[in-house]
Amino acid sequence: MAPPIEFEIRRRTLFAGSAAIAIGAATGQRAAAQSSAALAPSGAEDSTITLTVNGEEQELTIDNRTTLLDALRENLKLTGTKKGCDHGQCGACTCTVNGQRVNSCLSLAVMHDGDEIQTIEGVGTPDNLDPMQAAFVANDGFQCGYCTPGQIMSARSVLEEIRAGIPSHVTDDLTAQIEMTDSEIRERMSGNICRCGAYANILAAITNVAEEQA
Amino acid sequence: MEFNQPAGDNMFDDSKVVGKPTHRIDGPLKVSGQAPYAYERHDVAEGQLVGYPVVSTIAQGRITNMDTDAALNAPGVIDIVTALETGEMPMPSDMNAAPLFGGAEVAHYHQAIGVVVAETLEQARAAAALIKVDYEETKGSYDLEAAWQEMREDRSDPVSRVGDFESAFEAAEVTLDQEYRTPSQSHAMMEPHATIAQWQDGKLTIWTSNQMIEWNRQALATTLEIDPDDVRVDSPYIGGGFGSKLFLRAEAVLAALGARKAGRPVKVMLPRPMVMNNTTHRASTIQRIRIGAQADGKITAIAHEAISHTFPGGAGENAVDQTRRFYAGDNRLIVKHLAEMHLPEANAMRAPGEAAGLMALEIAMDEMAEKLGMDPVEFRAINDTQVDPEDPDKPFSDRHFVECLNRGAEAFGWGDRNTTPGQRRDGNWLIGHGIAGAYRGGPAMDSGARVRLQPGGTLIVETDMTDIGTGSYTIIAQTAAETMGLPLDAVEVRLGDSDYPVSAGSGGQWGAASATAGTYAACLALRGEIAKKIGTNDPESLTFENASVRTGEKQMTLASFAADGEIVAEDTMEFGDFRGEEVVSTFAAHFVEVGVHVGTGEIRLRRMLAACDAGRILNPITARSQVIGGMVMGVGAAMMEDLAIDKGRGFFATHDLASYEVPVHMDIPEQEVIFLDTLDPQSSPLKAKGVGELGLCGVAAAIANAVYNATGVRVRDYPVTLDKYLDQLPAA
Repeated sequence: MAPPIEFEIRRRTLFAGSAAIAIGAATGQRAAAQSSAALAPSGAEDSTITLTVNGEEQELTIDNRTTLLDALRENLKLTGTKKGCDHGQCGACTCTVNGQRVNSCLSLAVMHDGDEIQTIEGVGTPDNLDPMQAAFVANDGFQCGYCTPGQIMSARSVLEEIRAGIPSHVTDDLTAQIEMTDSEIRERMSGNICRCGAYANILAAITNVAEEQA
Repeated sequence: MEFNQPAGDNMFDDSKVVGKPTHRIDGPLKVSGQAPYAYERHDVAEGQLVGYPVVSTIAQGRITNMDTDAALNAPGVIDIVTALETGEMPMPSDMNAAPLFGGAEVAHYHQAIGVVVAETLEQARAAAALIKVDYEETKGSYDLEAAWQEMREDRSDPVSRVGDFESAFEAAEVTLDQEYRTPSQSHAMMEPHATIAQWQDGKLTIWTSNQMIEWNRQALATTLEIDPDDVRVDSPYIGGGFGSKLFLRAEAVLAALGARKAGRPVKVMLPRPMVMNNTTHRASTIQRIRIGAQADGKITAIAHEAISHTFPGGAGENAVDQTRRFYAGDNRLIVKHLAEMHLPEANAMRAPGEAAGLMALEIAMDEMAEKLGMDPVEFRAINDTQVDPEDPDKPFSDRHFVECLNRGAEAFGWGDRNTTPGQRRDGNWLIGHGIAGAYRGGPAMDSGARVRLQPGGTLIVETDMTDIGTGSYTIIAQTAAETMGLPLDAVEVRLGDSDYPVSAGSGGQWGAASATAGTYAACLALRGEIAKKIGTNDPESLTFENASVRTGEKQMTLASFAADGEIVAEDTMEFGDFRGEEVVSTFAAHFVEVGVHVGTGEIRLRRMLAACDAGRILNPITARSQVIGGMVMGVGAAMMEDLAIDKGRGFFATHDLASYEVPVHMDIPEQEVIFLDTLDPQSSPLKAKGVGELGLCGVAAAIANAVYNATGVRVRDYPVTLDKYLDQLPAA
């Protein structure tokens, strides 16, 4: 998916960037040492972080290698967020971090200390569905259901992104208010693969919600 | 009970629930992330460990050594199971061609050769990378083109021969002789193969993702050499399968062996980059089609010869199968070649045979229509047949292919198309229209179910049937509600557990017709039990409606019969030989409109339409979703999907979801589905057939034909990508 354009560099983004560079350097040393000695981590292997997940603060001591996706699924047992590829290729792991959608498999949990995460479990429950979830049921916007939480998390963000005026590849006029067209929705949803092929029904569901909210 | 004669008038002809648009009853669980898939069952077993697969990095040869010392000493590692220590294991079933695990022999690239069991995924993965494997590599064969050149003229062992093809083809007024190529394809379901295994007192339970529960239970017992009664398989939610999860796969074996050795439950999910080479795929094909016809368009001779690769002992892709029965013609020749290669195992993928075969046949039909100067809709219609062309005494049970063509053409506006290729423009876009026919068998398999009427008047249905996104939960509930006269929300459906009666399972588009028949049989058994309680041995004298039973003037609620405890009934629908006395099949016509950019060659689909004939449509909502989903997979087959073979190293190079491209939202246009209002009494008591594979059949050819109509360039080598025609586009 096209990540929303972020014009303002947040303090945390900057830190995360620096950390990534540091990790890169360490990996280089490790690779050089690999032939001679057993691998030994050069620093702490775990970190203690605090995530606010679906409004609830959670303190976790977690392996530094754990992705945000696995932190949710394995440590917090919130399995609504799915693992389809673990490489940012399918979108099944989509959740929101501080209000923006991310592929949670591409992000380490330790990069999210203090962040607010929303997963499908925080959107609605079977007895109290969110309008987007209800629209997916009403339009049969899924079959096997495995990509569905990711589709729904993306769909909710797509509507917000269009309303916020964030342009996409198919936006014709960057100065006008962006219209909620089929093409805009399809383009922005294209990071979420549905192998069952429910795309037409997902589009109908998103369009229904957009119209209700208009 | 046995289905041994055509269904007569029955309750489904006046149905209140079956056949009505019904939202998925499992929908609210799925959209809220509460439906538990295999790897997510934190609740079922305490102390789960994580297993990370170790896979072969050669395609063929022997493992000479596996050095696991560093891995065993790595943080968090509990134990390691290697193929060398396990030794050769019995083949799980005669449906598996390649061994899944065990022994020094490497049969294909990414074959499982070990599993590292650790406390966490991160630890298991890191340790797996420390295992050093030494191989003796042998050279395999991976070149289908070379095999085709060797076998192409060999007709010594045809699948079938009718009349004298060669003479009739020679004498025909108009002829076509062309070759077509389809690449290997991957199911690429969204949920990778995953299993949690637990041993307790010598008994094994797996929570897994599998389409065929009983096959899986038997196969696991066979390969582990334990009693099938000591194996339980549970698979209530499955994140897609498309044939990839029909058979026992390596991740379940690794989980079971890992759990046995570690003495704790172990869960294994195949990492996505291992899925394409470790599991099965649809084999690539080369197909030669020859058609001879009279000037009036009647086919007099048709030959379909094809080769596909297969793992030694496997079946490959049967691309010629549909051509035996789809179109008329007195002189026929069908030849299937197999080229044994040491690629991963080719096996069933959605519409095995027809999906690849129709990609070729339906381009050939388009080319032939053009040679004849006929409308391709008309050409197909005049070659329709109501009997098996190989056995004219055998009729089709219910075939309305011509109506699919005509209804589809009318709804699509086929008559308004441009008939001279490359002549319609919309700005920079070349506009084209294409059509293809679709044919797929309508099989059925024996299917059992158990029903439990509860004291409160609700009904529980239990069957090992699976719902792989097909809508099984919902149509089974509809069938039970209809048969017992209950509202839909009074029925609870429990699926995918080997503790439940053995069902047809999900495959070959037989699931819906079979499992609803099995549910019907069990409900009739329950009606029999209730009749006994009323004191009649004639259940048919009773009317079940409005959650009550009526006999004459008397009316009692269903709940009242179970007031003293639940009533349980069980039965299996067995499909007798009589079903095979006629050809039970499904039919469709696919129409597409494409735009091809005159400058860049980019293809954009503009709209798609399918007209389908598949007997009673049990639930128009879920059936339509099956068909549009099949159409999406057909878009992939036409435009992008390609498991590219590295002929030097013998593996699929495009083995993740970035390199093996499948359609995304932006690729899919408006889709319309028309279901003909047909019934097939020869198929099942509900007069239903499957649609799950029909929706895929023919779609790719319709797109290829539309690209030809748009550009005037005929591509016979899938996928239809712009590198194959960019230099031949009309002038901008």
